[in-house]
Amino acid sequence: MRILVCVKRVPAPGAKINVSADCQDVDAAHLGFTTSPHEECALEGAVQLVEEHSGEVTVLTLGVGEAEEQLRYAASVGAGHAVLVEADSNAWDPQRTATALTAAIQDLESSDGPFDLMLFGNESADSGGFQVGVRVAHALGRPIVNGIKGIEVSGDGASESLITARREIDGGFEVYELPRPCALGVMEGLNLPRYPTMKGRLASKKLEITTVEAAAGAGGQERVKLYRPPETVSNTVVLGTGADAAPAVVDVLEELGVL
Amino acid sequence: MSEFPNTAKVVVIGAGIVGNCLVGHLARLGWTDIVLVEKGPLPNPGGSTGHASNFIFPVDHNKEMALLGEQSANQFRGFDLSVDSGGIEVARSEERMEELRRRMTSAKAWGIEAHMLTPAGVQELVPFINPEVIMGGFYCPTVSVVDSLETGTVMRKEAIETAGCQVFANTEVLDLTTDDAVGPNGRRKITGVITDKGTIETEHVVIACGVWSNRIANMADTYIPLVPTVHQMADVGPMDILAETNNEIGYPIIRDMDTFCYERQSSGSMEVGSYGHRPILHHPDEIPSNEEAALSPTEMPFTPDDFDDQMETAIELIEMLGEAEIKYAINGLLSITPDGMPCLGELPDVENLWSAAAIWVKEGPGMAQVVAEWMTYGYPRVIDAHGADIARFYDEEKSDAHIWARAEESFIKTYGIVHPAEQWGDRRHLVESPYRSRQEVLDAEFFQARVWERPQWYNSNADLVERYGLAERGVEWDNRWWSPITTGEHLNMRENCGVVDLSAFQIYELEGPGAVEFADYLAVNKVDVAVGRSIYTPWLNHDGGFHSDLTMMRMAEDKVRVVTGVFDGGRDDFWVRKHMPNDGSVTFTNITKSVTTLGLWGPNAPAVLGQLTDQDLSQAGSGYGSIIDVEVAGVPCQLFRISYVGDTGWEIYTAWENGPALWDALFEAGREHGLRATGGGVYGSSGRLEKGYRLMGAELESEYNPVEAGLARPKVKAADFIGKEAYLAAREAGAEVQCVTLTVEDQTDSAGQQRHMMGGNEPILTLEGERIVDSHGRVSRVTSAGYGPSVGKHLLMGYLPNELAFAGTDLQVMYMNELFPVKVVGPGSAFDADDSRLKS
Amino acid sequence: MLLVFVEHEDGVLVEAAREALTFGRTLAVKMGEDLHAALIGSDDDDLVEAAGEYGAETVHTATRAALTDYSPSAYGSIVAQMVESLGPAAVLACGTSRGNEVMAQVAARLDVPFVANALDITPDDDWQITRVQWGGSLLEDVSLEAEVPLVTCGLHAVVSEPGHSQDPDIPDIEEFDIELEDADLVTMVRDRVVQEAGVTLPTAPVVCGGGRGVGSADGFSQLEELAGLLGGRVGCSRAVTNLGWRPHSDQVGQTGTRIAPEIYIASGISGAIQHWVGAMASKHILAINTDAEANMVTKADWAVIGDLHEVIPAIVEEIKARRA
Repeated sequence: MRILVCVKRVPAPGAKINVSADCQDVDAAHLGFTTSPHEECALEGAVQLVEEHSGEVTVLTLGVGEAEEQLRYAASVGAGHAVLVEADSNAWDPQRTATALTAAIQDLESSDGPFDLMLFGNESADSGGFQVGVRVAHALGRPIVNGIKGIEVSGDGASESLITARREIDGGFEVYELPRPCALGVMEGLNLPRYPTMKGRLASKKLEITTVEAAAGAGGQERVKLYRPPETVSNTVVLGTGADAAPAVVDVLEELGVL
Repeated sequence: MSEFPNTAKVVVIGAGIVGNCLVGHLARLGWTDIVLVEKGPLPNPGGSTGHASNFIFPVDHNKEMALLGEQSANQFRGFDLSVDSGGIEVARSEERMEELRRRMTSAKAWGIEAHMLTPAGVQELVPFINPEVIMGGFYCPTVSVVDSLETGTVMRKEAIETAGCQVFANTEVLDLTTDDAVGPNGRRKITGVITDKGTIETEHVVIACGVWSNRIANMADTYIPLVPTVHQMADVGPMDILAETNNEIGYPIIRDMDTFCYERQSSGSMEVGSYGHRPILHHPDEIPSNEEAALSPTEMPFTPDDFDDQMETAIELIEMLGEAEIKYAINGLLSITPDGMPCLGELPDVENLWSAAAIWVKEGPGMAQVVAEWMTYGYPRVIDAHGADIARFYDEEKSDAHIWARAEESFIKTYGIVHPAEQWGDRRHLVESPYRSRQEVLDAEFFQARVWERPQWYNSNADLVERYGLAERGVEWDNRWWSPITTGEHLNMRENCGVVDLSAFQIYELEGPGAVEFADYLAVNKVDVAVGRSIYTPWLNHDGGFHSDLTMMRMAEDKVRVVTGVFDGGRDDFWVRKHMPNDGSVTFTNITKSVTTLGLWGPNAPAVLGQLTDQDLSQAGSGYGSIIDVEVAGVPCQLFRISYVGDTGWEIYTAWENGPALWDALFEAGREHGLRATGGGVYGSSGRLEKGYRLMGAELESEYNPVEAGLARPKVKAADFIGKEAYLAAREAGAEVQCVTLTVEDQTDSAGQQRHMMGGNEPILTLEGERIVDSHGRVSRVTSAGYGPSVGKHLLMGYLPNELAFAGTDLQVMYMNELFPVKVVGPGSAFDADDSRLKS
Repeated sequence: MLLVFVEHEDGVLVEAAREALTFGRTLAVKMGEDLHAALIGSDDDDLVEAAGEYGAETVHTATRAALTDYSPSAYGSIVAQMVESLGPAAVLACGTSRGNEVMAQVAARLDVPFVANALDITPDDDWQITRVQWGGSLLEDVSLEAEVPLVTCGLHAVVSEPGHSQDPDIPDIEEFDIELEDADLVTMVRDRVVQEAGVTLPTAPVVCGGGRGVGSADGFSQLEELAGLLGGRVGCSRAVTNLGWRPHSDQVGQTGTRIAPEIYIASGISGAIQHWVGAMASKHILAINTDAEANMVTKADWAVIGDLHEVIPAIVEEIKARRA
């Protein structure tokens, strides 16, 4: 199987996210960067599929040059090819991002053949647009389902086999069956992603990264500013300390009618 | 939660291993009304304690670090929050093997069990290492792994329970308040701590804020010179062989010294830590808050590119690491200071503001005890801590530029092989001596003493090597930072004469109606002598141990000059200001940079000086210990008849700007008398060692008293002085040990090479190879060492019990893990014992 | 006309759809437009009535025999067709998994912008929209230039409330004539698996959450017992799932489940933003923590300071005692 995983480089913040002085971006001065969590699972899912059914995983990202770090990370956990669609900023709107990704993927497919499966994160951890994967899949004529937390390739993994995907809903899950080629928007919970091994990390340094320039015009959504919501201040009532607080707790539960 | 207090006796800022242990120790010493504030949550507030690898290798060449490390390890053991995992330092090079042998020597000195292992021996203890890549190992079974967070919690709870210590987490210090400096001592006094929860008026404040310490000190317009520096650590695993031990640590910790890496089991995983990457420094303001940080504030984002080389070499040693997953990796912050030592004690600028900073987990409880004792008794009792005294720093060492440059240079030394005499590459000539350009012409080899530069020898004197038939030392390590020229300069001084640049002398003047009385209060010996006379005297702490050892001169009826060594300048300046009456009866002036000193010594010294002055230079006209005003070649000077090198001569004091003229005149006059520029190798080492002169910081420490050091005078003066009571008691009790000189009887090692001990705490042993320890636990060790050219032997100094401290006793000294025979000279000099040359 | 895509499940409008209608009603007034609803896959009277109750004046229904279940492609195609033939001034949906997916499908088909998870809209020439970023940790103001703005409203952006802008009668039903291609049905749900009976995490009236402070996988048994007594469910923080102590389906947070119980009992949870984002819709919060200053404690309505392994068994005993 040839699997493409699209990932996004995002800051790894703590409990409080600071915004840059111009209100245009997260202040990442003391932050590390990571792969958006859903996509980390997508990558792990892809690696597991090729481990089971053979094939290769290509990881692709659109972003600034530093996003190479996430591509190398992907390589360190099993991606065999990496493509950087280099953009001048991290703040491209989703429409523009999708257009550029589509063009880049078309180029890749025209030279190396089609991908059997494309995996996207359901939404990015930072901007949370919920649409890039759907737009790209649609533009490439691939069916796509979002919210996926389970992927299986039926049969022996041959090209005609279907891809079964599970989507979690309240109290259970929905099952989809998609023909190949297709695309999925996956969510954290699909798996517990592996960590890179030391050897994997060292090998990833040697991987050659294909860099292409991102080309697309701006879409209709433009950032005005980014800011922190006003903090909600709660006047916490301390019911007590240790086990002695139990009666007061149960009083509260009674009042709320949940007892 | 208790109400936030608005007053306290003492506020301790920071609840890491240090702050917690500090409140515990303060409580044990009887303190009450203690408030502990911490900006992060408890029990892990997010400082360096929270990500420490928590292991203690007890062997260190430095006495303070070794003994406080051992002290700390025992405190951890006392709480049952410690496991003796053992630890092995492995060598991949012959140079490192030699360093491991040096460590064996230090282990012997401190009484710590240690063994040299073959590669197979290492593998026997740690089956998963590859013996092919190493040459051997240094195994210490008492290397321990501790629970620093829990220990801190236990100590904090003890303070809460026994002393009512109040603890406020999530409380950020916004400012420190002081009063205005009033009076001649120039010191302000701490008055309060302003936090986001309220303001506390307090008598004492302790900064135990780890990597943030300088930021907090800056709030009181003072400095704790340290910089937060990255130490990378990755947790990799799981690995079956580790998981099968079913405990936190079942295998000895490996320190792969030549790759600057360690591998430490943590349950089923291995923590791989590195000191081998480029220095990565951060300003305290760049450290995120607890809320902003992805992990904790001091667990900065990992920069994998910096770790790759370490990873490769780690896999060479432990192949299974390659297949293990990197589960967690950080750029952990820890504190680095310009000289690698902690910052303890009271801040010289601000009364009752204390520093307990730049302390790592491995020495945390012990250092906390040091500071608590310091606050309680005015001096630490557990150990002499002068090397860690915050007062040691000169202003030039407090700038960010200096701290950062030194941290950059020193980071790699964490696991490096550091020669005892190793010199810094950067940040040199911070203070320009008046003679620098002349010394450059003579191709001086400069050694830095804190911020001052002193020629150790002059390469222009290379001809003396041939004249006296000298040679380089055969073993590179012994020859490093040494030159036979220094022996040549010594012999020339004994034969002719030499000039020594003493500009680094730290010189103060006490003046005013109370000056002499106050000077007497500082000194053991009587300062109230005739004008123009001087004394050589110890200054003691309240417990009767040495604080300092220096000369004091009665310059006028109401003026006393103090001359002390460069390594003690900061501490002595502070000691004076701390104790001086602040009512205006005494003024204190540090005249170091307006007065320069040249030493002129040797049998030809009177002849040289005689050409330049009409003054009678005989003992009648310029007697030993006198200080007189004269013109030397037209330059107004003061002649102080004294010698630290064993030959007659003077310290000549003159105004800074007159220095070059004085220098030129002396050299001109000395041309016919064999005068040579002579370096610190003679002044501080060979000259003084031949005479058995004690050196502050080497023989003289707060753990010893003048009786033991052989510096007690026959009588005790009537005037009161600091430490008098303890001094009288010590005289009454008599000395249990004595400071002696020893000669090395055979310097040949097992490979047939001549070896040269360096005074690095080499243990002095009985003929049976046993350590010699007195009833206070003080070990006999080499405090100073060097070749005595006029004696023709390598000389050592150290303390020995009375029964061994007499001439002719045969003992042994260990050096590089080999034993060499030594013989006691006794408490006196090995050269010119009756001082005939000196007083000629 | 402002068109709201309404999501339904088991014959009822989902709560988020009611929120979307409530949100849309206010917006329609600002715009001076009528409020219509798009109901796909059912024309059930109850659903139509419910949409009307929340302000829809006209409900456009779209059903097909072949469309037996949800299909993102088909739903997206249908809404896109509605946009093209009904010419709404804008389209709204709720910011659920499906709502965002359907709107993304519509946007892809029409190649127009789509703004997810809006909290506030000012419908000027270019719409000024405040939307959720970082799961709610940050807000972003965007300017939207679009002929037909496509927007989902963030969960709990408004409190759902029945109401009418005009006539309180049952809304008009317009059956929409759709064209579906086979490709649109490829993504249809093939099967449904009910995994657990009873109360689920998103709908539980009580959630007993545990964090790293629980200490181990076994440590959760006390939380299980308490949750059992209260008819609730156990939840956990991301740290706990990463440690492998609980399955990901128990995770409350930005990348896990968002909960909205009557009371959330958070034990040994510091309250990192990742977790808080998933828990903040809880009506009440009780925090149990050794650290009185933990985020979770300061944001809670009630707190007990202490070791959860002492506090929770005591609560369990107290409940049992009162019931006995």
